[in-house]
Amino acid sequence: MPKRVGIEVSLAASEAACAADTDVVAAYPITPQTHIVEHLSELVADGKLDAEFVPVESEHSAMSVCVGSSAAGARTFTATSSQGLALMHEILFIAPALRTPIVMVVANRALSGPISIWNDHSDIMAERDVGWIQTFAENGQEVFDLIIHAFRVAEDPEVLLPIMVNLDGFTLSHVIEPIEMLSASEVKRYLKPYKPQMVLDPKKPVTMGPVGMPEVYTEAKRQIEALLQGSKKVVVKAWKEFAKHYGRTYKPIETYRMKGAEVVLLTMGSVSETAMTAVDRMWDKGMRVGLLRFRLWRPFPLQEFRRAMRGVKVLAVMDRAISYGGLGGPVFTEVRSALYGTFEQPQVFGFVAGLGGRDITVDMFEEMVKKAIRYAKRGKGPTYEMIGVRER
Amino acid sequence: MDAALKNFKKFTPKSLPKVENLAQGHRACQGCGEVLALRMALKAMGKNMIVASATGCMEIITSPYPQTAWEVPWIHVAFENAAAVASGIEAGRKALMRKGRIPKQRTTIVAMAGDGGTADIGLQALSGALERGHDFVYICLDNEAYMNTGVQRSSSTPYGAMTTTSPPGKLSMGQNTWKKNMPAIAAAHAIPYLATASPAYYTDLMNKAKKAALIKGPAYLHVYSPCPTGWRLAPELAVDISRLAVQTNVFPLYEVVDGQYILTKKIKKRKPVEDYLKLQGRFRHLDKKMIQEIQERIDRDYEALVQKAALSEVKGESAETEE
Repeated sequence: MPKRVGIEVSLAASEAACAADTDVVAAYPITPQTHIVEHLSELVADGKLDAEFVPVESEHSAMSVCVGSSAAGARTFTATSSQGLALMHEILFIAPALRTPIVMVVANRALSGPISIWNDHSDIMAERDVGWIQTFAENGQEVFDLIIHAFRVAEDPEVLLPIMVNLDGFTLSHVIEPIEMLSASEVKRYLKPYKPQMVLDPKKPVTMGPVGMPEVYTEAKRQIEALLQGSKKVVVKAWKEFAKHYGRTYKPIETYRMKGAEVVLLTMGSVSETAMTAVDRMWDKGMRVGLLRFRLWRPFPLQEFRRAMRGVKVLAVMDRAISYGGLGGPVFTEVRSALYGTFEQPQVFGFVAGLGGRDITVDMFEEMVKKAIRYAKRGKGPTYEMIGVRER
Repeated sequence: MDAALKNFKKFTPKSLPKVENLAQGHRACQGCGEVLALRMALKAMGKNMIVASATGCMEIITSPYPQTAWEVPWIHVAFENAAAVASGIEAGRKALMRKGRIPKQRTTIVAMAGDGGTADIGLQALSGALERGHDFVYICLDNEAYMNTGVQRSSSTPYGAMTTTSPPGKLSMGQNTWKKNMPAIAAAHAIPYLATASPAYYTDLMNKAKKAALIKGPAYLHVYSPCPTGWRLAPELAVDISRLAVQTNVFPLYEVVDGQYILTKKIKKRKPVEDYLKLQGRFRHLDKKMIQEIQERIDRDYEALVQKAALSEVKGESAETEE
């Protein structure tokens, strides 16, 4: 068994990419992702990772280099955040269309303006529709494990799609946690070398990225959608294999104290650990509150979610991003839509909190739950509201 | 000079390679000088290549799925990132070769884009790739405007030219800025090889393409690419106009090898620029005063180039002279 070491989560992310024997890293520095790429360049400089480190001049080029190197058959890793992810936006759509299994860590951070380097989910929530598999980590161990898992899933011949592993900027990326670090040889048992199905090779010329006329464009889009939806079984299977190898079990949806719960709190990312404390406190007060979080966000684990929600009367969804002019936070609108038409449809209320690094306290979670219960009893409430706003 | 250029064997009209990397049957306009130049450049570099293309005319005409005109591996990702994609291919192959996962063999990595994809939207990605020193050849096919979208001006559009976004009017004489000197920008990156080339001088173009491929590190080719459609030029005149551009010093042919400027086609007595302008509808609205202004600028720019070449004092390279 590998021993646990105290390590900054960013460095653990780099060590995971290193243990996976990444061939190419192309990245541009952006807070709070910097420690990840700094450590990767150190690993390359010290000869611990045999990879090409391409210090690009922008995130747009970072993603473009990644597409090129992946198309050339190399295992490719990058990391970014916020504005950098937004700058990649155009190329993010193209990576799955070209079937390039890139693995990217996103240290989630608010989007400008106003400019903010602190944590929320507005960067990733603006990239939901780009055709990437997307997972969210709760703690440092999960960051390490999800990166190893990501390479295995992305490179599966049935998938060949890129994956984003999300971790909260600063609140997770910059903390030191005890993590079981798998060595390269331990990872090798689980993660076989990448065997590309189609590669840019003068011996066997292929044309990649041709023009899609109206006669073929729809079919190309449907293929990507079918691949992404179909990837869920590979994602789940790869987690089962992971558990066999290393003893840690992961599922698309994580729940906490759901048995007998009437109200459920839904969160994403590392804030769920604070939410657990809130849930414990509410049970102590006699409130029947469970917690649910998505580890797998794309493809959306619809069946798992509906199953988990059976018997739940009230659902309080916390978003860490705002959807200007919309019907509520992105997670809220999606889960409400997922529950619409189910047999015992719960009442769903949305809360937006923790924007741009604003702390989310145990009290705030309790406030959300209490409000949701009150609105449910009354039979009406605001579709969504913002929590913790200073009014003066 | 790069060891690869010692004992360099030049192409002659009789020794042109039979290899075709870009097949016939593509969908270029009649008389397209760009695809002509591209085909010759690719012929010169041989089959062992991978091409990363920017969005643009050449991408559209060669790759309407399920057809392709490409006989070599080719990838198109987006408009502004051909140099970055090529960087990735080069880096990926380098790592895989070092790790013994693909055979060790140097392959020519080509990035290609138009003038918009190079001098405007792709300039940053290109600068990054040149500065990082990737082993690749960048080909800018300069047809002096955004032709694929319907002839809009770029920073490479010449002064006075009519485009759909630099239209002559009561208050306008067409493009009101001078053409960006893209080769000078590329040269400022101190890359080992850079050249300008024209499809009218096809052996010269092919020799330069071959040199660019042979040299290790980044090489930049700036290729004059006449667009009859966008320039309001008779399709049969694409090669003639390419020659005239050189003979009038509108588009001088030169190389920059390790920082040394070398004129590869010296013009003893240049033709007046009016001969060049009058064949093209895009310049039809120009008055005498503007033509004079253009002439003066061309003479000044050419003189500056001659000075640079004189400073270089290159031995062993004799430019062909044309009357």
